[in-house]
Amino acid sequence: MAKMTVITERCKGCGLCTAACPKKIVALQKEKRNKKGYFYAECTDQEACISCAMCATMCPDCAIVIEK
Amino acid sequence: MERNLMKGNEALAEAAIRAGCKCFFGYPITPQTELAAYMAKRMHKAGGVFLQAESEIAAINMVLGAASTGVRAMTSSSSPGISLKSEGVSYIAGSDLPAVIINVERGGPGLGGIQPSQADYWQATKALGHGDFQLLVYAPASVQEMVDYVVKAFDRADKYRMPAMILADGLLGQMMEPVSFPEINPDAYDKSGWAANGHNNARDHHIINSLYLQPDELERSIIDRYKRYEIIKETETEAELYLTEDCDILLCAFGATARVVKSAVNTAREQGIKAGLFRPKTLWPFPVKEINEAAKNAKALLSVEMSMGQMVDDIKLAINCSKPVEFFGRTGGVIPTPAEVLAEIKRIGGTL
Amino acid sequence: MSVVFERPHALIDVPTHYCPGCTHGIVHRILAEVIDEMGIEGNTIGVCPVGCSVMAYDYFNCDMIEAAHGRAPAVATGVKRTNPDKFVFTYQGDGDLAAIGTAETVHSATRGENIVVIFINNTIYGMTGGQMAPTTLPGQVTQTTPFGRSPQLAGYPVKVCEMLSQLTGTAYAERVAVDSVPHIKAAKKAIRKAFENQKAGKGFSIVEVLSTCPTNWGLTPLEAIKRLQDEMIPYYPLGVYKDVEEGVFPAEGGNE
Repeated sequence: MAKMTVITERCKGCGLCTAACPKKIVALQKEKRNKKGYFYAECTDQEACISCAMCATMCPDCAIVIEK
Repeated sequence: MERNLMKGNEALAEAAIRAGCKCFFGYPITPQTELAAYMAKRMHKAGGVFLQAESEIAAINMVLGAASTGVRAMTSSSSPGISLKSEGVSYIAGSDLPAVIINVERGGPGLGGIQPSQADYWQATKALGHGDFQLLVYAPASVQEMVDYVVKAFDRADKYRMPAMILADGLLGQMMEPVSFPEINPDAYDKSGWAANGHNNARDHHIINSLYLQPDELERSIIDRYKRYEIIKETETEAELYLTEDCDILLCAFGATARVVKSAVNTAREQGIKAGLFRPKTLWPFPVKEINEAAKNAKALLSVEMSMGQMVDDIKLAINCSKPVEFFGRTGGVIPTPAEVLAEIKRIGGTL
Repeated sequence: MSVVFERPHALIDVPTHYCPGCTHGIVHRILAEVIDEMGIEGNTIGVCPVGCSVMAYDYFNCDMIEAAHGRAPAVATGVKRTNPDKFVFTYQGDGDLAAIGTAETVHSATRGENIVVIFINNTIYGMTGGQMAPTTLPGQVTQTTPFGRSPQLAGYPVKVCEMLSQLTGTAYAERVAVDSVPHIKAAKKAIRKAFENQKAGKGFSIVEVLSTCPTNWGLTPLEAIKRLQDEMIPYYPLGVYKDVEEGVFPAEGGNE
């Protein structure tokens, strides 16, 4: 089962990952922020993740780790 | 040791190769171009790199690159070219890198002329680039001294991790004199602690850098450098004191000018005038102890330079204006004659 | 489960100072991935001049040298000529490479200098707050072209790959972009090829990377990606502008 993990403190809330996900299961938080005040990204449905890593590829901050 | 008759510019190049210089980046400019031409012939055979850069700016930055990896590197130019290198020299100083820069001075400002000059004294000793820094400045007065000081420059540059300059002039660069080359151990300094030559997975990565955005970090790096400068001021000054023990008038001159002044001093002595010569061999650090020793009995000092007078201020400072210091100079590439200097000695002698 | 995507070793595990959505970070990662995959971190030396990426020495695990604005190719030349067995790359912005450093760029290329130049083209000076760069598009508004870049006043952009491909010493010049996953993969392939060229001594290799600057373009990160696709790619077509398989030097001469 694939796993997408966001290193929340490294995320700058830029949203590039959200547009890249083919399954449309990556979105920016609306409530929780990291220490820098960014609404960090998260995977909204781990089950649907196919570990294609497109989100991680688009991430400028190496804030996403993908496991399979 | 074998002695060979060599032109100053070429002796500078050969001395660098003997001193373990592994790369030379040059650019043509009169009156030092023979140095680059000599390097083009010799360096490759000596297992080093010669490259003619697209500008003096590129050349000094190539030196920075090579020096960053721990290699002995050198560039040379003449006055206008040295102005172009000033940013690069500031980066080399700010990155704590050893490097040797040769200035075979010509008349300035602007395009100036191609005859000898010493009007880059301020540039070399006060501010060759922006920011708080100094570089070692050696002032040879013969082709042999040019050889000796290139060897010393490489050694001290490595020792103190800073740039060192040979401040010569077109006269010294173009003249031929017999020279011999000392044997040296070029790799006397272990640079593995800082050189950026690839960590081979055996150490943390090294960074060669002069950027410190945090003010206190930048200040600390500068203060560290200035501690080294204090040691240099204490231990690295050199000067020649000629007939200064009993002199009434102390002449001060460096480089080629000092040779003219020495013959004037000799003629004055023959005519019963007690003149002496103080010749700094290091312009930075300025030989303060030595000039005070030389001036102890003098009633007046006379700085003779191929400029409008730049070292004269340092002389006043060094003796705290305790005695009158006058200036005589020719500039623009005009070389003062012994007769002119003698006339000055007599003029001042009359007023004592 | 095993990890299929994570930070490459050659990229130090620290937060970067780049703005949110700035694609510098992507280029840093794919460059570091190439260094990891070729196993050359130990004998690679990077040269980063002034610009947003001036502090890249804090991000790469190989030895790094900070260079004066525009002078990285000269510094890299000094490094490579005296350390021919090491891999040397520069990582430069458009102001650095195509304005103040034009001479260094052109001459390291025409000398066939065996280095890799990673050239980030984001049509603006980022670190100093958004001024016109040599690659700023006609009509583009910047701090120093407040009414849009007028060719009459400020001339035309420099097309670097096209320019450098005219030089005999250039072995490889490709323009890529990091606006989408397929393009990022192609960009990484181009960087890998550039490093392989260096290994084989083929001559000068440059990879021009179209990149975004959300902050100084006044756009959100995703809007900036769109601008890159809609405005930059048409003006700066992607593709290989030069690729000399056998290298730029005559067979018997070689670079050494």
